[in-house]
Amino acid sequence: MLRGLLPALSLALVLIAIAWLNPRAISYFGFNLMLNLAIPIALATIAQMFVIAGNELDLSIGTFVGFVGCVTATWLRDAPLIGVLVLLGSIGVYALLGALIHLRNLPSIVVTLGMSFVWQGLAILVLPKPGGKAPDWLLSIMSFKPPYIPFPILAALIIAAIVHFGLMRTSYGVILRGSGGNAAALRRAGWSLLRTKIVLFALTGLFGVLSGMALIGITTSADANIGNGYTLLSIAGVILGGGEFVGGRVSPIGAVLGALTLALAASPLLTFMHIPPDWQVAANGAILIIVLAARVLISRRER
Amino acid sequence: MKKLLVLSAFAAMLASGTALADTSGKKIAFSNNYAGNSWRQAMLDSYGIVTKKAVDDKVVGAADVFTTADKEVPTQAAQVQNLILQGYDAIVINAASPDALNGAIKQACDAGITVVSFDGTVTEPCAYRVVVDFKDMGKQEVEQMAKFQPKGGNLLEIRGLAGTSIDDAIHAGILEGVAAHPEFKIVGSVTGDWDQTTAQKAVATILPSLPDVVGIVDQGGDGYGAAQAFAAAGKPRPTIIMGNRQDELKWWKEQKEKDGYKTWSASIAPGVSTLAFWVAQQVLDGRKDIPHDLLVPYLAFTQDDFEAALPKIKEGGVATHEYTQEDAIAAIKANIKQ
Repeated sequence: MLRGLLPALSLALVLIAIAWLNPRAISYFGFNLMLNLAIPIALATIAQMFVIAGNELDLSIGTFVGFVGCVTATWLRDAPLIGVLVLLGSIGVYALLGALIHLRNLPSIVVTLGMSFVWQGLAILVLPKPGGKAPDWLLSIMSFKPPYIPFPILAALIIAAIVHFGLMRTSYGVILRGSGGNAAALRRAGWSLLRTKIVLFALTGLFGVLSGMALIGITTSADANIGNGYTLLSIAGVILGGGEFVGGRVSPIGAVLGALTLALAASPLLTFMHIPPDWQVAANGAILIIVLAARVLISRRER
Repeated sequence: MKKLLVLSAFAAMLASGTALADTSGKKIAFSNNYAGNSWRQAMLDSYGIVTKKAVDDKVVGAADVFTTADKEVPTQAAQVQNLILQGYDAIVINAASPDALNGAIKQACDAGITVVSFDGTVTEPCAYRVVVDFKDMGKQEVEQMAKFQPKGGNLLEIRGLAGTSIDDAIHAGILEGVAAHPEFKIVGSVTGDWDQTTAQKAVATILPSLPDVVGIVDQGGDGYGAAQAFAAAGKPRPTIIMGNRQDELKWWKEQKEKDGYKTWSASIAPGVSTLAFWVAQQVLDGRKDIPHDLLVPYLAFTQDDFEAALPKIKEGGVATHEYTQEDAIAAIKANIKQ
């Protein structure tokens, strides 16, 4: 029970700290500013969660988000049809990677590490120097100002609800998680493990695309290196949100909360604390370690 | 009549008042995206020295420094947004990307915050840019090379961090220089990331496949590494353009004492951060005539003056220059004339 509540609890703690340090931040305007960059992180975390559900790890999600960003800021604006085809094609590449990893029994860490350089290279090819511009429709979606609820919070709720329903409440969602939990049992029951792996990787690709597009909608233009930090952030977000590296144990709602916590703990909290510049980088790491260690301690006690 | 007099006096007061607005209560934040090399360390040191004095002298109320934990764009965008929430009056920024931070920069401008970018500048029109003419620096490298190697020959180019505007500009300048000096030919190009170790590895890897090279054009922070790679391979030492780093100038001095080795050194002075600070202060002071693009010269050393500068540079550091308020006013004036 505590385990399920932990992501929400850590988010609440970080929010209380921020409210205490800078009460001005707890407002419609403040949440918009503090959390809008958490939307792409949440989407990337969900993407990572799908591969982790299948006992795999994706080390290329960061550079993939960067690649999608570059495509979004160039082709998707200038030649929407090509842009859409390239993005769909990249989801297809993800699906193929899933098939390759399953059929050849390759370690996903190695395959996706290799792919991370491929995506980075492609991103630099598409956009050799920073620039480009997000399509106008994307800009207006990301700067949408709904009444009362800040857009980032609304978006987080929608993402969490949709993925939670799909993965936790549908029967195929159970199969997908089962492929990570007990692959042998699933195979004996007649389910295709090749297919589950392809679906999981394709979903990762899909949410990677959404993450890249959301990111460019906020930053307005792209940079080939823009998503590099997302690889580790997304893994940390899944774990912080109550997921496990093996066993198909993941939680979409937890992952979204984990991503929000990470986004808040890393930047706003640190900025508001007025730490001397020499210590800021180390303090950022320390906050991450403390938050993750707390989660490990509590889940261990439950066993 | 009297009323008119009072009014005009009032107007005069207003006019002078805007030019002499008090900035002693203003808070200026510095958003920095990377602190992990000698150049950035020198940049932060210079900034710290100048702003501490400015705060002590009550020129500004506060000047805080914020460094992001990684070099990533989204982290810095989030940081800028947090600085907006913190209620700073101005943000001095060394940006991770010229374009990708524009969303956050625009939000800052809309909140009435003055944004001054330098080194890694931003393209958002509402921000100020303190720009060093990197393209000219690249071109000048080839011009200088032509003096040392009048016969021309093969050149090796060492590039900086891929995908940055600085790397792009210096590279464009070098290409322009080579076009003007057809006696030179670039036979190889490696990525050195402005880092001696990276440059040394990259140069060592490409060396066996290269024909004889007479010179190396680079971007600073990579010259010493290149020299090491050539020495390790037992190849003749080419003319290596330096980038004002202490280890580079020290090596240059050793070579000069040995056999009169000649080269040239140039880089952007890390203390340009202090110039950006003063520009922000001037904007907060109410000056309306400051151009949004301010071109400032790079810092270059020649065969005659580099040895005088060497003792002043910290071990492992880079040559710098701390700017004063007067320097900033002079630089603004020079740019208005252009």
